[in-house]
Amino acid sequence: MLPDNELRFDASRQIWLDQLVARHQTDASRLLQILREVQEYFGHIPQPAISRLAEKLSIPRVRIESVGSFYSFLHLKPHGEYRVLFSDNITDRMLGSEALMQQMCQQLWLQPGKVSEDGLVSISPTSCTGMCDQGPALLVNGRAITRLTHQRVQEIAQLIRNRTPLNNWPSDFFHVDDNIRRSGLLLDNTLAPGDVLRKALSLGGQKIVEAVKTSALRGRGGAGFPTGLKWEACRNAQGSEHYVVCNADEGEPGTFKDRVLLTRQADLVFEGMTLCALAVGSKKGFLYLRGEYRYMLEPLQAVLQRRRDNNLLGAKILGQSGFDFDIDIHLGAGAYICGEESALIESLEGKRGVPRSRPPFPVTHGYMQQPTAVDNVETFCQAALALHMGAEKYRAIGTEKSTGSKLISVSGDCAYPGIYEYPFGVSVREILQECGAVNTRAVQVSGPSGVCVGESEFGRKLGFEDIPTAGAFMVFDDSRDMFEVARNYVHFFAHESCGFCTPCRVGTSMLKQTMDKIAAGHGTKYDLNEIENLDSVLQNTSHCGLGRTACNPVLHTLKHFRPAYENKLKSLMFSPAFDLDGSLARARQMTGRDDAGAHLKEEI
Amino acid sequence: MSKKLRVATTSLAGCFGCHMSLLDIDERLFTLLELVEFDRSPITDIKHCGPCDIGIIEGGVCNAENVHVLREFRRSCKILIAIGACAINGGLPAQRNHLDLGSCLTEVYLTEPGLSHGHIPNDPELPLPLDKVHPLHEVVKIDYFIPGCPPSADAIWKFLTDLIAGNTPELGHGLIKYD
Repeated sequence: MLPDNELRFDASRQIWLDQLVARHQTDASRLLQILREVQEYFGHIPQPAISRLAEKLSIPRVRIESVGSFYSFLHLKPHGEYRVLFSDNITDRMLGSEALMQQMCQQLWLQPGKVSEDGLVSISPTSCTGMCDQGPALLVNGRAITRLTHQRVQEIAQLIRNRTPLNNWPSDFFHVDDNIRRSGLLLDNTLAPGDVLRKALSLGGQKIVEAVKTSALRGRGGAGFPTGLKWEACRNAQGSEHYVVCNADEGEPGTFKDRVLLTRQADLVFEGMTLCALAVGSKKGFLYLRGEYRYMLEPLQAVLQRRRDNNLLGAKILGQSGFDFDIDIHLGAGAYICGEESALIESLEGKRGVPRSRPPFPVTHGYMQQPTAVDNVETFCQAALALHMGAEKYRAIGTEKSTGSKLISVSGDCAYPGIYEYPFGVSVREILQECGAVNTRAVQVSGPSGVCVGESEFGRKLGFEDIPTAGAFMVFDDSRDMFEVARNYVHFFAHESCGFCTPCRVGTSMLKQTMDKIAAGHGTKYDLNEIENLDSVLQNTSHCGLGRTACNPVLHTLKHFRPAYENKLKSLMFSPAFDLDGSLARARQMTGRDDAGAHLKEEI
Repeated sequence: MSKKLRVATTSLAGCFGCHMSLLDIDERLFTLLELVEFDRSPITDIKHCGPCDIGIIEGGVCNAENVHVLREFRRSCKILIAIGACAINGGLPAQRNHLDLGSCLTEVYLTEPGLSHGHIPNDPELPLPLDKVHPLHEVVKIDYFIPGCPPSADAIWKFLTDLIAGNTPELGHGLIKYD
């Protein structure tokens, strides 16, 4: 890393930068990808680089700064040669991540969130990195390290202190397990690359859409929109270009199935995207990969290259003239909101990931305002499977309104965390039994924005008829305080709010403060009412789903575990948010006073 | 006409700008005085609050005396209103919140030339500053908030007349401004 100094920005770095811009076709819509590479090269985005990029891309500096300041993994100021981010999902905490982070901070002599004085290292928490089945986890300079222990943290601190280059760190640190515990139609498939496309080519676009509609396939990202309808609307929409986008911004805490799919079934994902391209008439696709999965970039690019070499991507796919399609991988940079499809598209266009107003929907006005089909990683796999096995046969799997199978990411208090594939309609209890969970108090299904299910509801079934899910399944046993679980999620939403609309930006922070007030022992019944008031503001006035769902964890845990809140309250109608007398302590110390007037009693 | 409502007002860590804005209702003050009478307020110079219907407070809470006054208002007033940015968010005085109180006092009274007399004032008559400036609702329950820096005279007028008439106060378009 270089000091942020104009003089040190010499000719060789300028040449590197110019080549980078040229490699991205001097295209300002690739700004995020350019900044990400600048960040990797320099350790931050230096001011001289901003000036040069502004000049080369013919955009104002402020646009570069605004994008650079939006994403958590980009830094406009030096942030340490080693940037350590501890995954702060509740599952990491349950495995002891807080103590481990503290330990590393002590060993390296710094405070969380700060850069060490010698500019060597910074240590901060970050939102769930998708390693919940093998946590506690962290990212160092964007690379994932799993299964942290005190010993491993000590070794990492030593490597950092010795300035050992990341490439020379023990490779088993970076090992990521797939942990597939139960496989089914998707994970057991024996398709060879091209099998689905060969069948699809014989059908043609219209019939592919018909088949996907007949299969009753619904999106696997959580919302469950019928995939066939989406593809049909995109196919029928007018536009100079059509685009296919695969949403691999798997940011919902507790979800990691897309990571496993992209590791084990990358061909099927790309095959599904190519199938969609044939259906909607697209020549260009994007895989939007979350920044936390940076380590997958090269392997995935190798798969894409192999598919090009085998004529499964590129011009005249499988010899069919007119069937041209290729896929580009875009990396995110640490923003949960980019999982929302319109924010994802903004990010693809190199902007801040702020959700668009909808309608118009991406199927008519998506990437570059052209018709765009955005689907989840798993959806593309399922579409390919459905087409290959036959829509009617596919439809027979699962339930009436939720056809096919679903990958569930199981983590938390259970013996066997990992990936479980079930036909839709499986009950919470069945999954709990199979993953070896005992004395279970609650399950958070589909992440913080989903639902918290208590014991009396373990008979409920996963599927769009009952509990819709994007796949997260976090298990909490009777040793866990559900208030703390909800508080962790509330902090997550406050951190990930994009800041565009006031109800969400302010509301999520107020919610966080209220939960912290209760945790500190200053809460009253009045605060519980305030949470309900906040919920209605967030529900009714937020710009997008983040704000609308931010209260869910609190409302659901209040419903099932109200005593977990009540036993933290003072039995007063109102209590100050902080220790009044304690806040005079510094002034008492400075003035040497200890008279009656130098104290504040509790009252009311 | 039923009994006049009693109203108390005060400024804690504020600049009296909100009170100035209250005075900006101009000739409507006469109408207001037909509906209310003032208890403790800079307008009356009454030093302590008796039982009141409405309390209006500008400014945040920056020292122990502010806490006592705020508690007196909460005990005495049926309805307590936080008026203006400082009362609602801490406002300008809260800009010291990212500094350590000790280093503020040291700089002002010990190291800054001209102001120093060699010691930090410690007379028991003086209220001690809190380590941070807080909005009112973090110290007592607040019933209503009138945002603005300051809220316009029209906003204050609308709010008070709604309240006095028994309507849930509502500041419509134009009365809340963000610039």
